[in-house]
Amino acid sequence: MNFEAIKAIYIFEMTRTFRTLLQSLVSPVISTSLYFIVFGTAIGSRMEDISEVPYGAFIVPGLIMLTVLTQSISNAAFGIYFPKFIGTINEILSAPVSAFEIVIGYVGAAATKSMMIGIIIFITAHFFVEISVEHPVWMVVFLVLTCVSFSLFGFIIGIWAKNFEQLNLIPMLVITPLVFLGGSFYSISMLPEFWQKVSFFNPVVYLISGFRWSFFGSSDVAIEVSIMAILLFSSFCLYTIYQIFKFGYKIKQ
Amino acid sequence: MNPIISIKNINKTFSTGEEAVKDFSLDIMKGEILALLGPNGAGKTTLISMICGIIEPSSGSVSVNGFDVVKDYKKTRSIIGLVPQELVLESFETAMNTIQFSRGLFGKKRDHEFIKKILTQLSLWDKRNTTIMELSGGMKRRVLIAKALSHEPSILFLDEPTAGVDVELRKDMWAIIKNLKKQGVTIILTTHYIEEAEEIADRVGIINKGELLVIEEKRNLLNKMGTKTLTIELNSKIKSIPNSLSSYNLQLASKGMSITYNYKKQEEKTGITSLLVDLKKAGITLKDLDTNQTSLEEIFVDIVRK
Ligand SMILES: Nc1ncnc2c1ncn2[C@@H]1O[C@H](COP(=O)(O)OP(=O)(O)OP(=O)(O)O)[C@@H](O)[C@H]1O
Ligand SMILES: [Mg+2]
Repeated sequence: MNFEAIKAIYIFEMTRTFRTLLQSLVSPVISTSLYFIVFGTAIGSRMEDISEVPYGAFIVPGLIMLTVLTQSISNAAFGIYFPKFIGTINEILSAPVSAFEIVIGYVGAAATKSMMIGIIIFITAHFFVEISVEHPVWMVVFLVLTCVSFSLFGFIIGIWAKNFEQLNLIPMLVITPLVFLGGSFYSISMLPEFWQKVSFFNPVVYLISGFRWSFFGSSDVAIEVSIMAILLFSSFCLYTIYQIFKFGYKIKQ
Repeated sequence: MNPIISIKNINKTFSTGEEAVKDFSLDIMKGEILALLGPNGAGKTTLISMICGIIEPSSGSVSVNGFDVVKDYKKTRSIIGLVPQELVLESFETAMNTIQFSRGLFGKKRDHEFIKKILTQLSLWDKRNTTIMELSGGMKRRVLIAKALSHEPSILFLDEPTAGVDVELRKDMWAIIKNLKKQGVTIILTTHYIEEAEEIADRVGIINKGELLVIEEKRNLLNKMGTKTLTIELNSKIKSIPNSLSSYNLQLASKGMSITYNYKKQEEKTGITSLLVDLKKAGITLKDLDTNQTSLEEIFVDIVRK
């Protein structure tokens, strides 16, 4: 294992993050605050509790997931797309690093960044609503798994993308609707029966449900199912990446 | 002596159908400076990219230090430094950061003193905390060299290191290259400046259309291919070359004030002695003599045109 290389990639990527600290961290804080003002305070005060959880608190896990998912994807996608775009990828290709080491470096950095954002939103939420976490260890596990698996997914997009449009296409067209329809702002049980069934094909439902369970101890789907779903998704991403590197897809000529 | 790089029958056909490198074989010896010359699109960069792992060969194999560049890529790549032709760098990073990054990427632990030494040598130490986009083109080129040297490679590829570089820096660069050679580093450089090859290379390879046309010790190449020209300045003007001298193929120059004679240096009989005797017989008196050797440039143009 070339640990020095993993470290070098990780540090280089994190330096980029800290250089753009303001925009990477401030904007999620502002948008979360807006969500809380609109949904938590203004609308939430007229909403009933969901499974005995006040609406304002109910949306916290969903909001964190919403941001963490999209941030993981865009950070990781950009992280690997950018060197491809400007050509510095050649240095990485000519270095004694394996695909696995490259993935750890880039995905690790992207996941770290979105984890930081998740934590910041969590702290911001405390200023608006009262929340307690029932299963803190599981909360961290879910957060880490989500950050890592969606950063892997973002990495795939970054390698696949041929231009900036494609880079934004998947997050825009696929992820945002999945997250909004994944129960960020409502419980799946509030939907008509037909749409409940449809929802169970949405992988994000399992994530949000599991994450919410770690906060409140109650959820739409069983916690075991949530964990299975996220592990399945991670394996799918890992396998895809393995295939990509095996066949040198679009990186090497 | 065993070659440090052994290229065996490699080919590269791009997906566009472009055959950039054709059945190319070459052994590169440890510690030599090899200059690869060739017109634009000859396949120099493609060849280097295949050795360094940036492009996969369509067929054939390359071994570096006895290891295959595909199977044992970690072993081969860790001893190779590459200065790419294009100035590709992350604009927002500082010079120092990108160089530290390169060292780490090639598996080496941080070593502040070593990096400082390289940066000082390349006159970059003062610029270490400047972002890349604030550097001039020549400085960026030096940053690329620093990146390549940052992990102490024993083989260095320089793909047109002096393109767009002023005379001063070019001389600096030659000095650096010669210094690296002294430390035992094998150096392969491509260039369009033939005087560069003439100045620093031990061997010269000429590539055209993906094929190696010539590979020769620089001195031999100059000797073998080189024609020398003898210019004879005359004391008094002549109108034409006397008939008695017609076998020498002489040319009249400087409006009849001088005569030029071409000969091959490596031939046993250059014909100079008899020419001088015959000139005297013809009653022509000499003022001065001067000889001139063909440059690599002329040899190069000659070979590529064929
Ligand atoms: N990625 C690519 N896809 C398709 N064709 C390519 C690619 N890269 C290079 N070529 C083609 O391969 C040939 C060799 O290119 P290469 O860059 O190796 O030449 P070169 O000798 O380095 O030229 P120069 O002196 O201009 O740098 C050219 O005809 C070029 O158009
Ligand atoms: Mg080139």
